[in-house]
Amino acid sequence: MKVVIMGCGRVGSELAVQLEGEGHQVTVLDINPDAFRRLPPDFKGRRVVGNGIDQDVLRRVGVAEADVFIAVTQGDNRNVMAAQIAKYIFQVPRVVCRIYDPVREEIYRGLGLETFSPTRITVDRLRGLALQGPVPERE
Amino acid sequence: MYVVIVGGGKVGYHLARALLEDGHEVLLIERDRARCERLEAELGDIVLRGDGCEVGVMERAGFNRADMVVAVTGDDEDNLVVCQVAKARFQVPRTVARINNPKNAEVFRRLGIDHTVNATDAILAHIEQELPVHALIHLLSMRGGGLEMVEVRVPPQAAVVGKRLKEVLLPQQSIVALVIEEDGTPKPPDPDTVIHADDKVVVVTRRENEEALREILTSPARFGPYGPVAAPR
Repeated sequence: MKVVIMGCGRVGSELAVQLEGEGHQVTVLDINPDAFRRLPPDFKGRRVVGNGIDQDVLRRVGVAEADVFIAVTQGDNRNVMAAQIAKYIFQVPRVVCRIYDPVREEIYRGLGLETFSPTRITVDRLRGLALQGPVPERE
Repeated sequence: MYVVIVGGGKVGYHLARALLEDGHEVLLIERDRARCERLEAELGDIVLRGDGCEVGVMERAGFNRADMVVAVTGDDEDNLVVCQVAKARFQVPRTVARINNPKNAEVFRRLGIDHTVNATDAILAHIEQELPVHALIHLLSMRGGGLEMVEVRVPPQAAVVGKRLKEVLLPQQSIVALVIEEDGTPKPPDPDTVIHADDKVVVVTRRENEEALREILTSPARFGPYGPVAAPR
């Protein structure tokens, strides 16, 4: 599959390496060329410097032909905007968007974006860990 | 009208000031503390410090009773989110987004933002058109020369009602370009055209004469708050 990942941070780079290792055609987009240092030298995917909320940049990286678009920059609003451009303007069949703010995440999920909130996921996980089963006795 | 403005830069500041002068209720949301203090010193107690993209801040700002939300930060993605959340979460009837990158105009339109603008003047013109009570609307700034095309609705109590155009003393370098009757019929003006209540008079004038022009075409008295209604020719 053709996958475009916007944002080459810890999450974006790790995901890019995994997907590329599984044989997918991966393009990583980041506004800052330094970000690509997180990719190993043998990474065979494309690295493109550019702003993902710019339609022309998205067109250049081939979003129009992509099967999957993943927005994982540090900026919630940038992710939201890029994801909507990918989904509604370039008709990418699968678009996933990270939104840290759980409230905004809920709103955009309601509007039809496929979203996830690391904050929500972490809170749920921590809550589960804190409350699972009986708490062991103090020694 | 209650208008919430997100972004206290130059555009936000001037827009807030103009709307306050027109008698609207205004709240300005700005993230930066120092900038908030400056805005408060200039505009009074109408500034809320916070991130206007956060739903909690929107709640405190009273988005649920806002008639209009105007997002004028320097970041298009923030302006987009403010408007989309204002609509989806708070059912704000009208949202206006400033666009910093003109390429985004089409994107915003396709993503459901009511109105986008790229300059303070255009936002003002848009808001003025929304308001039936607002007597003077900017239609166009002419390139160079400081000329503006404006539209003035003549209120029924105006002193000019029933007068012919040749009897009305307009400010210097002001030319009536068109008279639109109440039912929407456009009429080319001639010196004998009679002005009726609720006519819209389209005038080309100099920017500095706008206020005088408004007085002449709307004021019920011979003397408005700014002095004699008719400027000497």
